[in-house]
Amino acid sequence: MKETVEAKLGLLTYKKGPETHISIGDPNICASQCPDKPCATVCPAKVYEWEEHSKKILVAYENCIECGACRMICPFQNIKCDWPNGGFGVQYQYG
Amino acid sequence: MNFDCIVVGAGPAGISAAITLAKAGLSVVVLERGAYPGAKNVQGAVLYTHQLAEVLPEFWKDPQAALERPITEQRTVIATEDSWVSVGYKSEKYLKEPHNCYTIIRVRFDQWFSKKAEEAGAEIYTGVTVRDVARKDGKICGVKTGDGDELLAPCVIACDGVNSILAQKAGLIDELKPSEVALGAKEILSLPAGVIEDRFNLEKGEGATTEMFGALTQGMLGYVFLYTNKDTLSLGVGCKLTDYQKKGLRPSEHLEAIKQHPFVRRLIAGSKTLEYSAHLIPEGGMRSMPPLYTDGFLIAGDAAQMVNPAFREGSNMAMTAGKLAAETVIEAKKAGDFSAAKLSAYEDKLKESYLWPDLEEVQDVEAWVEARSGFLDFYPKLACDLAHLRFTVDGQPKKGHLGKAFSMIQKRGAVDLAKDAWMMLKLGKRLAI
Repeated sequence: MKETVEAKLGLLTYKKGPETHISIGDPNICASQCPDKPCATVCPAKVYEWEEHSKKILVAYENCIECGACRMICPFQNIKCDWPNGGFGVQYQYG
Repeated sequence: MNFDCIVVGAGPAGISAAITLAKAGLSVVVLERGAYPGAKNVQGAVLYTHQLAEVLPEFWKDPQAALERPITEQRTVIATEDSWVSVGYKSEKYLKEPHNCYTIIRVRFDQWFSKKAEEAGAEIYTGVTVRDVARKDGKICGVKTGDGDELLAPCVIACDGVNSILAQKAGLIDELKPSEVALGAKEILSLPAGVIEDRFNLEKGEGATTEMFGALTQGMLGYVFLYTNKDTLSLGVGCKLTDYQKKGLRPSEHLEAIKQHPFVRRLIAGSKTLEYSAHLIPEGGMRSMPPLYTDGFLIAGDAAQMVNPAFREGSNMAMTAGKLAAETVIEAKKAGDFSAAKLSAYEDKLKESYLWPDLEEVQDVEAWVEARSGFLDFYPKLACDLAHLRFTVDGQPKKGHLGKAFSMIQKRGAVDLAKDAWMMLKLGKRLAI
């Protein structure tokens, strides 16, 4: 039986910050220029999901495990992912 | 509050710098964005001890030292979907302290290592995100935190890990490209110590590492690893970020596929996943190394791309760099001169150590392998097919084997074979010994 990414993320301890540390620069770029949307397929914490009816990338920042890969895989440098403020975010127990 | 030096990041580089500075009597503060040291850190993890002993002599005599198993056997597996060839080296020499390397669990290790820095006199502030450098008359004079505070010091050492935001703010690096990093993902799997020892053919307390190449990476450049901890296994994979990008594969799904592979499946059977993690690994090497210093500012560890993936080294290099950066700061403090010219001694020290020459030695390795299209698919399959021919009794005369073997090899084409052979020769010179 294969474990889903949601099940894996469910094992983690997070301290959820009051505000998002991730933002999409220009949502129109995602809608009109980016057919592959590598953020949605590669992000190891499934932070990014394409919502067809609103034509937008939804950002579940509370899932983020702070690897920073999204900033580099976005072909349009359209993702701004900073570190959460001190003490917030993922808290690995093993690492 | 004023310090002689601010270290950003409580990982192997930062803590090694802090211990070295504190032991020399300098006032040092380490700023860590995690709620505790290690909270944000991920490693395989194999730690080579030589560099740790240079920072903390006789560390192995500390009963609290957060080490898992000393590694006595290191195995490499070359696999197809259903077959594999394995080679390994095991030695009783590795049973002697200080052991060549241990497996570690980074969160535990980083907390122990940080405690050693505090015992030496360093201060460690956790839960502090550094957002920028502070400047006076254009020169770096400290850092700005996420809470809007400024901490001042004549020197800052950035040990804030891969894609160092601080080094970007200091103007020393740009955003990394996906071709300069690997994306690593890992799970910690629980298994009783006795079961681990049985499955990996280990005596009590010993550890083994296995790296797997071939079909498991689905054509991407990278490898899968399986390391034995005390009562857990670390199963992980690291591949170039550009390859994940092209493939559109989520590392969590990749790990699930790896768990189904017959080599891995039986070793992890019955285990329970305790944690899933992912992290970037700087693999651009020497070619991506940023300028390492400017006025009042130094960079060490992952932040400076100091990883040798071909030899599985990184945390040890971070310790060396942290220590050498600290020694440079100690000399600067004595001279009362924290200018770039004075701090350039850091680069000289790195060049005199193993670190710089080793990174130079492997700087082209990835590019060589990537340039040989199909290399990573063809040779694991060839190795397994040849082994199958050698070990299978099929009632046919064996004198036909040589011809069959040649035709297997010839599938690659004469030109590619020649180019591969030339590349492997170069690779062998850099990696074999």
